Amino acid sequence: MSDTLTIAEPAAPQREKLTKKAITADHPTWCPGCGDFAVLACYYKVLEKRQSEHEKIVTLAGIGCSSRFPYFVNGHGAHFIHGRAVPLASGISLARPDLHVFLFGGDGDGFSIGGNHLDHGARKNVNLTYVIMDNFVYGLTKKQTSPTSPIGFKSKTDPQGAIDQPVNAMKKLVASGATFVARTHASQVNHMIQMIERAMDHQGFSVIECLSECVEFFPGAFDPANPRKGGSFEVIQEKKYDNTPEDELRHDVTDELAAYKLAQLPFPGVFGVFYQNDRPTKNALEKKWIDSTREKLGQPSDLQLLQKTFDRMK
Amino acid sequence: MNPTPTLPETTPTTGAPERADLRPESIDDAVIRLAGNSQDGIQSAGAFLARLAGRSDQEVMTYMTIPATISGGPSIFQVRMGTGEVLSAGDEADFLVAFYQHSYQDHIDFLKEGGVLLYDSDNVEPNLDDRRFVYVGVPITGLTVEALGGTAKDKGKNIFVLGLISKIFQLDVEKLTMLIKEKFAGKDESIVNTAIMAFTAGYAYPVGNVLARRYQFETVAKKPGAPAQITMDGNQALAYGLIAAGVRYGAGYPITPWSSVMEILRRELPKYGGLFVQAEDELAAVSITLGFSYSGYLAVTGSAGPGISLKTEAIGWASMAEIPILIINVQRGGPSTGLPTNVEQSDLFQAIYGGHGDSPRVVLAASTVEDCFYIAIEAARIARKYSTPVFILSDSSLATRIEAFDEPDLANLMIEPHPDLTPRAAGFKPYALDRITQHAPPGTPMADGKYPLITGLEHDEMGHPTGSPKLHMGMTAKRRSKLQKLAAELPLPEIFGDQEGDVLLVGWGSTYGPIHDAAKRARSVGEKIGAIHLRHVHPLPEGLEKIFSKFKRIVVVEMNDQGIYGFGQLATILRARYCEPKIQSVTKTDGLTFRVKEILGHVFEGKTFPGRRGARNGSAGETVTVPIDPTTAAATEHAEAEVSAAADQSGDNTPTKLGSEAAEASAGTNETRPDSAQTEPSASREV
Ligand SMILES: Cc1ncc(C[n+]2csc(CCOP(=O)(O)OP(=O)(O)O)c2C)c(N)n1
Ligand code: SF4
Ligand SMILES: [Mg+2]
Repeated sequence: MSDTLTIAEPAAPQREKLTKKAITADHPTWCPGCGDFAVLACYYKVLEKRQSEHEKIVTLAGIGCSSRFPYFVNGHGAHFIHGRAVPLASGISLARPDLHVFLFGGDGDGFSIGGNHLDHGARKNVNLTYVIMDNFVYGLTKKQTSPTSPIGFKSKTDPQGAIDQPVNAMKKLVASGATFVARTHASQVNHMIQMIERAMDHQGFSVIECLSECVEFFPGAFDPANPRKGGSFEVIQEKKYDNTPEDELRHDVTDELAAYKLAQLPFPGVFGVFYQNDRPTKNALEKKWIDSTREKLGQPSDLQLLQKTFDRMK
Repeated sequence: MNPTPTLPETTPTTGAPERADLRPESIDDAVIRLAGNSQDGIQSAGAFLARLAGRSDQEVMTYMTIPATISGGPSIFQVRMGTGEVLSAGDEADFLVAFYQHSYQDHIDFLKEGGVLLYDSDNVEPNLDDRRFVYVGVPITGLTVEALGGTAKDKGKNIFVLGLISKIFQLDVEKLTMLIKEKFAGKDESIVNTAIMAFTAGYAYPVGNVLARRYQFETVAKKPGAPAQITMDGNQALAYGLIAAGVRYGAGYPITPWSSVMEILRRELPKYGGLFVQAEDELAAVSITLGFSYSGYLAVTGSAGPGISLKTEAIGWASMAEIPILIINVQRGGPSTGLPTNVEQSDLFQAIYGGHGDSPRVVLAASTVEDCFYIAIEAARIARKYSTPVFILSDSSLATRIEAFDEPDLANLMIEPHPDLTPRAAGFKPYALDRITQHAPPGTPMADGKYPLITGLEHDEMGHPTGSPKLHMGMTAKRRSKLQKLAAELPLPEIFGDQEGDVLLVGWGSTYGPIHDAAKRARSVGEKIGAIHLRHVHPLPEGLEKIFSKFKRIVVVEMNDQGIYGFGQLATILRARYCEPKIQSVTKTDGLTFRVKEILGHVFEGKTFPGRRGARNGSAGETVTVPIDPTTAAATEHAEAEVSAAADQSGDNTPTKLGSEAAEASAGTNETRPDSAQTEPSASREV
């Protein structure tokens, strides 16, 4: 990639329809039955439905089973290092407002090794969409305890059962300052598509925790929220502002305390949008600063600017 | 300071009563050390001198210690200015300004014999029995307070001293007052006035009554059309070099002595439509930077050793994924938190080898402040051409020192970056084995609808993972061959001094000045000695062995520990590469820059060398404190420029083995420098 003086030409005028076939790449290497297949399928669906410009879609990931995601998508993308995909994605989002930046990863990648980056990407409200495929275990490295593994979970690193308090994903995400926080389940395809679309439409750091079963190392983990397996999938009822008494009881997505209350519910908890607000993005704030600075300077050329600086150092 | 006698009495001086011995002496070079506390603004007084030298087309080099404490504390600023070629900041001072007793005590041994101690007689009581020096006591604090009125207290002492120095060295008052006005422009007018008042008071002080000597820098006629001089420090030069190189994005995390690069970029890049992000840590900083680079804008991150350690994994990704990125390491003493405010060149191995796997990267080292500017441009050129990580090594001495250099030809250097988003033809492969990778950034339409994947896993030509032995071999060779191609295009370094002979000094980084000064001085007494300086430390240019074969001894001079590896870091690399037993090391680990005499002492054990200049014992031991006499304080004493047409340079080259100096030059060279006491970071404050 050279940033030499080649100017981008406008994209070809007649644009082919974005089909599932066009965005499909390698056959996924996941275990048969892995929850991650459903997340990939929903991503294809959303891209197809939205007919985004193919070259503007960027799919990124860290390291993990779930983070193999970009190889299965035919589009610009990068497979980065363990835990650092949020800052990578932030750089891309900040430099290139024309792109749709999507990021996929696991619970270890996002909440453990990358936990600090998640907090800061969210706090800064960088414009991107991040799906954390939470399987409560380390899949790729074959069954170690993850930061979301429940107490008592028997893994190779906790043969007696996990003893450390797990991360409460929703609390962490709301507290970190993410401006769109949702929760969904890999077995609930329609709900997942809805959540991804709403995240995509949100300006800012939109993050979704998607419970995605690791059939290999933590089978049945999310059955309690899967109606087909005898569980119940309870969806958050959001306020409709219809002045009905029922509406009083519905969830106000802008109410941070209410979001924590929902996050406090015992497993498997509830699904849907926990929190959303429209705080300005870092992208917008930086752009405002850049624009006003350049405005004040009278839109000089790069050469004029540097020359002026050097003149002051004579 | 080379007090070359001037033509007798040909130059009329103007103004107030002049004593015959007050006539200015023509000098071509002076080392002035200001020692005080950083909160007294000695840095800014020093910076004024440096900038004045730059404006007067004089060579200038400074040396400054960064106070390790937040609220200031002992600090020095040393300016060497002259009309000759100034290569290093000076082993010893001709002129020491001591604001406090501790400044005097810590630095008096740094003053050369016959040198002048200018001290604040309100705070310092020097040992006048020590007859090696010329003592000039001026009640700096009292006079500053008097000149400025009570409210300013002694703030302004620095500018008062600047006035004094201007008088003694016959500096260009007009230019200096301009500089002071520019510096405070935009601030409250009273601030400018106060500064000018302090300056005038210092300048008007009848210093002639206490110092029987004034000096006049030889003036050099500026060649017509010669470029103007730019005065800046190494971190500024790096930052502005990056801007000239078309780098518009970056990310970092604060750490001494790197921080000012990121502070400048954070402030400046938005003016160019770009952005520098302060990240939550160095892992994020390098990752954000890789995001910028991947999206089509070559970007920069940087740090000092501790932060570079954190960036290591991601830099390996850049090697594997073949993403261009610039990584600046402004080195400080290590390992671990080490010596935050002292200098060391101990991160060379880290830059070249830091990281797992065979991960090729390019490593460049800046030798001077000016070179910081040009090396940033060179690094960006290489990173773009070879789509690879490029390290720029600087260090805390370069970061903080101010030098003047020829104004760069910005019109020819400036690059305005645009990501190359032109559609890529069918068959585009991001990792084609038969050519150097040039990525298609996101946003680039792909004619055949097949999109590139950028990855840290071993991959095939499209970027998809593979465990194929053949592909791993092929891709390893593809990545490494970039360094081989680069090595073949690099110029051999020029040999300074003798083109063949007994000793070749080899250096890298900020030791350029003292190494070249050492070669110069050794040659002046007939040694057959040359010097080369490596800017491209990895890969090395081809053909160094041809240079090595012309010398009997190769001595690699560097600021790191040869005890661990048997040789210094560069020496170890050169020995391994060339299997050349005549390569030896001169190293040191005191956290201070090399002194010329240290290098000479190591290279020529047992021999003695003349000092930089013949010492002048003129009025050593004299000390006179006179009451202020308004009649002698007329500000008209600014003597007319006295040009010594034929400067007598012989003093420079004559081996004058004056007892004390000879002893000094041959003395054990690892002694602790007097300034070490105060440059040690205070225990309580990490920076
Ligand atoms: C720096 C680093 N440490 C450790 C690893 C090994 N590693 C790879 S994936 C992983 C955990 C993956 O768990 P998660 O993020 O939950 O993803 P999953 O495989 O469960 O989808 C670990 C520890 C690595 N690749 N890099
Ligand atoms: S190990 Fe688990 S997470 Fe990984 S692919 Fe198999 S089922 Fe999915
Ligand atoms: Mg997991």
